[in-house]
Amino acid sequence: MPIITMREALNQAMREEMHRDENIFLMGEEVAAYQGAYKVSKGLLEEFGDRRVIDSPITELGFAGLGVGAAMVGLRPIIEFMTFNFSILATDQIINSAAKMLYMSGGQFKIPIVFRGPGGSAYQVSSQHSQALESWYANFPGLKVVMPSTPADAKGLLKSAIRDDDPVIFIEQERMYGNKGEVPEDAEFTVPLGVADVKREGSDATIVSRSLMVPIALKAAEELEKQGVSVEVVDPRTIRPLDIETIVNSVKKTNRVVVAEESHAFCGVGAEISAQITEHAFDYLDAPVKRISAADAPMPYAKNLEKLAIPDVERLIAAVREVAYLD
Amino acid sequence: MKITPMKPRSQTAQASTTGVAAATEVTDQINPEELRREHDQRRNEQQERIEEIDRETLLRLLYQMILIRRFEEKSAEAYTLGKIGGFCHLYIGQEAVAVGALGALRPDDYVLTSYRDHGHIIAKGTSPDEVMAELYGKAGGCSAGKGGSMHLFDSSVNFLGGHGIVGGQIPLATGVAFAAKYRGTDQVTLCFFGEAAVNQGAFHESLNMAQLWKLPCIYICENNQYGMGTSLERAMSLQDVSQKAPAYNMAGEFVDGMDVLAVYEATKRAVARAREESLPTLIEVRTYRFMGHSMSDPGNYRTRAEIEKHQERDPIKVFTQNLKEKNIVDDSAIADMEKRAREEVERAVQFAESSPEPAPEKLFTDIYANPLSR
Repeated sequence: MPIITMREALNQAMREEMHRDENIFLMGEEVAAYQGAYKVSKGLLEEFGDRRVIDSPITELGFAGLGVGAAMVGLRPIIEFMTFNFSILATDQIINSAAKMLYMSGGQFKIPIVFRGPGGSAYQVSSQHSQALESWYANFPGLKVVMPSTPADAKGLLKSAIRDDDPVIFIEQERMYGNKGEVPEDAEFTVPLGVADVKREGSDATIVSRSLMVPIALKAAEELEKQGVSVEVVDPRTIRPLDIETIVNSVKKTNRVVVAEESHAFCGVGAEISAQITEHAFDYLDAPVKRISAADAPMPYAKNLEKLAIPDVERLIAAVREVAYLD
Repeated sequence: MKITPMKPRSQTAQASTTGVAAATEVTDQINPEELRREHDQRRNEQQERIEEIDRETLLRLLYQMILIRRFEEKSAEAYTLGKIGGFCHLYIGQEAVAVGALGALRPDDYVLTSYRDHGHIIAKGTSPDEVMAELYGKAGGCSAGKGGSMHLFDSSVNFLGGHGIVGGQIPLATGVAFAAKYRGTDQVTLCFFGEAAVNQGAFHESLNMAQLWKLPCIYICENNQYGMGTSLERAMSLQDVSQKAPAYNMAGEFVDGMDVLAVYEATKRAVARAREESLPTLIEVRTYRFMGHSMSDPGNYRTRAEIEKHQERDPIKVFTQNLKEKNIVDDSAIADMEKRAREEVERAVQFAESSPEPAPEKLFTDIYANPLSR
């Protein structure tokens, strides 16, 4: 199987799906002539032309709403946000229009649209460009929220998101575009939405992690292995709908769990996962659920402070040791 | 007061010298003689238009306006009785806008509007039965009882809502027009909104994209001069809405919204521009709502005199009078129409009353088109 980057995997997904379905178009800032601010759409303009790969003005509310309107009458837009930080301007159309249209029309107007782009922290881009917004979007019934952690998942999940008939928030991690992995070439390869993946099996403790935290959790697991602790790493991949069953099954096996995330803890996805674990597996827990999240502060610019704000391998190791009562 | 004929509002607009209101609206201070002169001029203009349009169309437009008026009066009554809940924004006074504009469309053209949407969906062809049932929150409603007054939808007539956030439908309509162009159909999209929506970013973002990409979308600003309780003068720095079209290099028109035929003709021009040249238009229609912003608004921000002044140019009254003067209808034909409209609304109430409530399990349907098992 070829080894390619996350960026290339996402590009393949869009290219293959656009070949499959004429109703798919890509719109966003710098997606066409510039080939994407992160080069995810590289080559697509040349391949599909400016009818289907469209540079938008910097007008997030406008082009997000345009996409939803086009989806109302049967097109399947991929709307790229240069980063999800900018999607904040478009939340009226994402939440008030896309998420609710099918419901408030009594089932008449489905919205098959993907809102995608990078989210989370980058490198020293400070407070307004480093936000992990999945808990916002995951709060709303009507939206699906997807966060891949490997190139193969990125490709397979994006293809499923594009084929899905509902609005999907597809958050790519800005630091992970260059990450490499094996990715199937088969045009029919997909990864289903709503299915978690056990990224590493283990027996002593579970780390539930998503997106950027998955490779960090895997590194922590490797280190912990050397210390005689066997860690299972579960990646939900889809935040909504959440595959709580796979998470709970892992907790029932290991009896100890750390939930790791790059977003803020308060009212976050980690809080939701922790609550559901408590609801479904309370009697199996040998220690309270431990959350490791971003610092409860806006993202700072200074390199040393930024490093402190984002969970790292050391913090994850310490958290696992804490729930295992090793220290 | 000087009566100014409509001036071309942008370099690209097709100038029309007929059928438009004075650029400066009448005010409370105007003297009765001047007001009379203006009304006479507008009456004459409508009578000239009547001569250009076939009888069947004229009667259809009149009937639709009467039907909507009676429907809205009945909605007010049902709201007062507690049969209709939530917010209920009536269209009384503005009927000429939806009826005139939609009269210029083909059945397969698309329409989107704001939460003041009862009139538009009826004019688009949805049965008043389904609309009333929706207001009642019943399963037989056009949105299955899940949308209510502000979220009326009917895919069978290409009526795409009914949107509750001021200006939210403007980017959506732009996208619907984008899709028509993408697919190479010649369908036109009509997007209605109030003048208060013009202050939203969504308006400006949409008009920019529509002209940039030459989308077949017609933006109709129903300028009823109040955003809820705030007058246009208190909310907008440049109050001449049609003048915003040139900022986007877009064609714009200014139309008397109390004249159904003026709206009809202006929309026809815009439809031709959209269908044949794939170009958008901004039409400002000066109108007035006779009722409060919603059923819960007592309307203390307007004087009785101001409302009465506008009621003198009640679009139904004016049109009926002109049709009579031009011998298109007589009193008995009007009485027949009134009777028909009342019966149709009465049937709608009966339908709504007898329609069942949505089943409890409907709370959890239509959230996802592809519900996943987990």
